[in-house]
Amino acid sequence: MPAYQRYFGWVAGVLQGDFGYSFSGRAASGVDRSRAVVDLIGPRLNNTLFLASMTALIAVPLSLFLGITTALYRNSVYDRVVNAVTLTTIATPEFFVAYILILFLASLYQVFPSLANIDASMTMGEKIYKSALPSMTLTLVIVAHMMRMTRAAIINLLASPYIEMARLKGVTSTRVILYHALPNAWAPISTVIAFNLAYLVVGVVVVEVVFVYPGVGQLMVDAVRTRDIPVVQACALFFAGTYIMLNLIADIIGIITNPRLLHPR
Amino acid sequence: MSTKDRGTKGDILLDMKDIVIDGFSDERWHEIIKGVDLTLKRGEVLGLIGESGAGKSTLGLAAMGFARPGCRLTSGEIVFDGMELRAMPEKQKQKLWGTRIAYVAQSAAAAFNPAHKLIDQTIESSIRNGAVSEKEAQADAIELYRAMQLPDPENIGFRFPHQVSGGQLQRAMTAMAMASRPDLIIFDEPTTALDVTTQVNVLAAMRDAVERFNTAAIYITHDLAVVAQMADRIKVLRYGVEMEEAETRKMLKTPENAYTKSLWSVRSIHKKPETSDDNILQIQGVDAAYGKGENVLHDVNISVPRGKTVAIVGESGSGKSTTARVVTGLLPPNKGKVLFNGEVLPAQLKDRSKDQLRRIQMIYQMADTAMNPRQTIGEIIGRPLEFYTGLKGRAQEAKVIELLQMIELDDSFLDRLPNELSGGQKQRVCIARALAANPEVIICDEVTSALDQIVQEGILQLLLKLQKDLDVSYIFITHDIATVQAISDEIVVMLEGEVVEQGLKTQIMEPPYPDYTKLLLSSVPEMDPDWLTNLLKERGEA
Repeated sequence: MPAYQRYFGWVAGVLQGDFGYSFSGRAASGVDRSRAVVDLIGPRLNNTLFLASMTALIAVPLSLFLGITTALYRNSVYDRVVNAVTLTTIATPEFFVAYILILFLASLYQVFPSLANIDASMTMGEKIYKSALPSMTLTLVIVAHMMRMTRAAIINLLASPYIEMARLKGVTSTRVILYHALPNAWAPISTVIAFNLAYLVVGVVVVEVVFVYPGVGQLMVDAVRTRDIPVVQACALFFAGTYIMLNLIADIIGIITNPRLLHPR
Repeated sequence: MSTKDRGTKGDILLDMKDIVIDGFSDERWHEIIKGVDLTLKRGEVLGLIGESGAGKSTLGLAAMGFARPGCRLTSGEIVFDGMELRAMPEKQKQKLWGTRIAYVAQSAAAAFNPAHKLIDQTIESSIRNGAVSEKEAQADAIELYRAMQLPDPENIGFRFPHQVSGGQLQRAMTAMAMASRPDLIIFDEPTTALDVTTQVNVLAAMRDAVERFNTAAIYITHDLAVVAQMADRIKVLRYGVEMEEAETRKMLKTPENAYTKSLWSVRSIHKKPETSDDNILQIQGVDAAYGKGENVLHDVNISVPRGKTVAIVGESGSGKSTTARVVTGLLPPNKGKVLFNGEVLPAQLKDRSKDQLRRIQMIYQMADTAMNPRQTIGEIIGRPLEFYTGLKGRAQEAKVIELLQMIELDDSFLDRLPNELSGGQKQRVCIARALAANPEVIICDEVTSALDQIVQEGILQLLLKLQKDLDVSYIFITHDIATVQAISDEIVVMLEGEVVEQGLKTQIMEPPYPDYTKLLLSSVPEMDPDWLTNLLKERGEA
């Protein structure tokens, strides 16, 4: 069959939830023990989304809080310390951050387990406990980006005439930031958050390997190594879909937080 | 409405003594305000005038105890109602701001937060200390909108700033300042960004509000005629030093200081209008629209005689700049044509030959944004020379120097960057750049409206001189009638995309006027302090 026909055949299957069968397990002996791609990816996907949401729930509020407070106390000691620390964590390779955390929180002081090999039979509490170190690592990696964007977007607006007007109306500096600057800064902030959340879903293979976390990233790397094309295709489709959805959401947030776009003249 | 006791009229409300304010630039502190005194009684309006850079706004803000970032209140005393503001901690000043001292900014369009509804911003200060509920404050705000003669006062507050016109925003901002019935309002050039026809209404509303609530005000402007309508007293500032202060009528009649006199006599250019039948440019029956929208120009016919100046006047949105875009080819018209020397010009910019492009040049309103900040003046003027005439190297430099001399600058400017020049010098460089192409028609789009009056005068004189020497035609787009008086031969009045009138200056400026021309001309403020009162009375009777 020509390539385009096979391609459309595959797309038609995907639309009905059929991603085909994995190449691995197709033994020469004639007994076909290959598994459906959906069965392979399904549990892994759950794990990846679990880790991503857990990290997002910590990292997004944390970086918004840090971004807003550093904008409020800009150029203070607090601002500089937060900036220096987050820059350091983003500049350090993530596997290194992971090993440092293992060294201190799993080896020297045994607070959390160093292996995050969760499976479907575990309770929620166990899963969270096991995933603590990978999600901490990821948080340290992505906070800097989001926090600096929040800070920059707010400070960028502080020179606007309407901010000076607000100050001359006697509005306190906390309220200036939260009520007058932040609502106008959501568009750039949400874009960066979407970008980082997408990274959490699609780019965490190194962290998965270090903590032996059974996520989609590892699955895809294994599939690439064994040339298991149906699995690679399904992973790639899922990653691309994630990027598009998250960016779409960011754009929608950009529109609904901007009255000029939401309420025409 | 508030029954707060605001003392008797005539008590001293604000007393500023020997104010020195420093500004930080070029890596060191400079004095911007050099020891100015200012006193203001309750219910009194003080006009503060001067060119830009005179320190008017800085002094006005200092009356609130506020210094912009990069400025500091170095010394002096600011006593507001018995309280010393300079030494007062920020927290305490915030309690005064917006409640007892309010500020009205120059551009209301920029000074309203785009993310919140007008009414929420209007009542923000008054509900802050919890003295009134949100409901009461909103009801009061609606009353104020009504007092400011805003259309549909019940609902206008529930709109966002971008849904309201500039003149309405400026009135809403005055309402916002009034919301907590302050003792003092600082008006910082509140009508500078408005059309003359809108300005009249805003001025009337502001004056009415100040009188009704017996509020003291400092009115900052560079427009003498405007300040004459508003102020009881006028103070003239220059380079941070007080030149003169007197009662408005006395100041207008007998200014004493030499600088003040020069401000008074600035509008003295008068060109004798001439015309000729030799039309270099003809716009015939042009309809034009942006994108697939409705036509913004309707059957526009304008003729430009060779070596003469045609001024196009009208409010913003009347289609003046759109006409210019059609002439330059940036906006191909839907109907009609543009003739140059009797030949039809291609509608699209890309279909025009280099020579056709060369003959029509433009000068823009904002000289800052019309020049590449990374190029030296020599490069900026040299580029069109190279593009149109192929001049390079030495010959190009010699020609650039010649052009610089034509605009009354010298060759020391060759290697300077635009941001090292003053506003007037930048506009001169833009003129030289247009001249480099050796054009036959120059379109001047509001070229003087961003400049001070004295600098405007210089630019207009230069344009007149160049016209005499080079026999170039100008299409002069402006909303400023005084500029039109000074420079034009013919006048075209536009309204809502249509030409209302075209003719010699002397014809247009003399009765009988069509209704719109009359409205436009009568809205131009005059130096007579009774002008606004008389005008409103006249319009009320009509």
